[in-house]
Amino acid sequence: MSALTKQLIVETVNLTKNYDDTKVVDGLNLQIEEGDIFGFLGPNGAGKTTTILMLLGLTEPTSGSAHIAGYDSTREPLKVKSITGYVPEKVGFYENLTAAYNLAYTARLNGLPEELVIKRVDEALDVVGLSAVAEQEVGEFSRGMKQRLAIADILVKTPKIAILDEPTLGIDPEGINQMLDLIAKIARERKMTVIMSSHQLHQVQQICNRVGIMVKGRLVVEGLLDQLSSKAAGSKHAAIEIKLTETTPAIIKAIKQVDGVLSVESSDGVLHISCSRDLRPQVAKAIIDAGGLLVEMKIQSYALEDIYMKYFKEA
Amino acid sequence: MRGLLTVFNKELADYLISWRGIILFGFVLLTAVFAIYGPSGALQNIRGELSAGSQFGTTQFIFLKLFTTSGEGSPSFLTFVTVFLVPIVGITLGFDAINSEKNSGTLSRLLSQPIYRDAVFNGKFLAGIVTMAIMLTSIILLVSGLGLSMIGVPPSSEEAFRLFLFIVLGTIYGAFWLGLAMLFSVFFRGVATSVIASISIWLFFAIFFGAMINTLAPISQTLSQQEYLRNVGVQITALRASPVALFQEVTTVILAPGARTAAETWQLQQASSSQFVGGSLPLGQTLLTIWPHIVTLIGITAVWFAISYYKFMRDEIRAT
Repeated sequence: MSALTKQLIVETVNLTKNYDDTKVVDGLNLQIEEGDIFGFLGPNGAGKTTTILMLLGLTEPTSGSAHIAGYDSTREPLKVKSITGYVPEKVGFYENLTAAYNLAYTARLNGLPEELVIKRVDEALDVVGLSAVAEQEVGEFSRGMKQRLAIADILVKTPKIAILDEPTLGIDPEGINQMLDLIAKIARERKMTVIMSSHQLHQVQQICNRVGIMVKGRLVVEGLLDQLSSKAAGSKHAAIEIKLTETTPAIIKAIKQVDGVLSVESSDGVLHISCSRDLRPQVAKAIIDAGGLLVEMKIQSYALEDIYMKYFKEA
Repeated sequence: MRGLLTVFNKELADYLISWRGIILFGFVLLTAVFAIYGPSGALQNIRGELSAGSQFGTTQFIFLKLFTTSGEGSPSFLTFVTVFLVPIVGITLGFDAINSEKNSGTLSRLLSQPIYRDAVFNGKFLAGIVTMAIMLTSIILLVSGLGLSMIGVPPSSEEAFRLFLFIVLGTIYGAFWLGLAMLFSVFFRGVATSVIASISIWLFFAIFFGAMINTLAPISQTLSQQEYLRNVGVQITALRASPVALFQEVTTVILAPGARTAAETWQLQQASSSQFVGGSLPLGQTLLTIWPHIVTLIGITAVWFAISYYKFMRDEIRAT
């Protein structure tokens, strides 16, 4: 797949939004290709949500323009909305109505014929694993279940592009992983473009192939995750994450003895190793020599994290 | 159109099936029972009139008396519906229409669907009006049914038509309160705030307004005739500013064909300078009498609606 054959699905040109005198979004030029899973990163208040609202045509830009699949978000908002699924940050459902009814309402608002409504709702609930509670009132749902219901809510309209605003906010770590897997699976299986905003770099790194970091209304970094990560090789720091079948003090000691390793931390069965350069071969050898069995090993992009942390602290 | 109908269907089902709807219908049922059994002595009055009237052949509009007769120390059905039932139902249906959706996060999800934004607002307003019409119809039917079994006189066709008119005008009056409540639900973020705001306005017109006017232009026997007439004039004009008084006049004229609007009574009294005793007005004349009132009620409702509609359409969805 060459990059040339890919279609741009989201394009903004000098997109700007002022509230009173503050520039919330400042001349944003964003391009997202069809099939991308785009991680939209930035600290709170960076302008991510405002950008999303402008993409959907819910908020009018002060200047500039936004297009989704060729439709102007400001001039043809209904066309944009019919191909875009949106999960707002504080997603809500009618608490006194059942999960199935809530989804059916969305389906009907999208003009689906009645016989298709039930089919789509059943399908969507099945994908997110909520079929068993379809007839339960949403008021009884946990936060995680509501988030999954929100995913089902966009599946009902089978959009070309899904925009998720902080989909992992307020759910437990296990729920977060389930949610991320679900998003990745849906994007893959349904060939759906996904824009996911978050302020957690490591979540975005798990499933996104492209990231943009927004700070104070401007896009400071944007590109494919691989490319951004590869810059790590040249940086003076690198972080390695490894999973072992069993973690013993002897192995940790062996890793610490590798020349260039700065620190080793263990959490949830995962070892985080900070080192002065990419030391993956050396660390792997040390583990095997110490009798450990390696399950997974990956290098984290310190370049990205450096950038992110720097701006995050400023904001 | 598609979005409007979908929103309308959902909201209507919501109003009718939810706890709110059940409580409101309980309230309606109570009002109906109250109308028949509540005003103590009212039924006896009607029965008495019935037997007395039949002697003189003036049993006209006896069925409508079920709705307008008050008992000792308790208001008539008409007063109760005008002052309490319709405003309360209207406010209950509308006070959280928009802000609760904003607060629970359903509004942004709703607005990200391919529907025009006004479909949400119009759908809710329409569903409220239809709920109001259903409630008024059921209450009229309930009272008619109960009353029929008590006095044994069926309504004439004109009486039936007058009752139908009452339902239509009551729905318009209900739309006034619904529109007011929805206006506050658009302007205030807090649901409690919009309830309090709507209820304050209702209490003001239902209770304080009349008292206030009475203090400004008192009517008592100690006044000279000139002052008396002036004060009555002031009171009538001032009361016209109150939607409650406006609707009260409308319904009194419709359901008690012998009655006149306060202004007319006053004019007739001035002209003949003697106690005026009027006969019943035919339907056409009744309509003519209350036409300005109806137009005014529709007018104010339209103003509420327009203001809230404008505000809702212009309201920007913002990142919080």
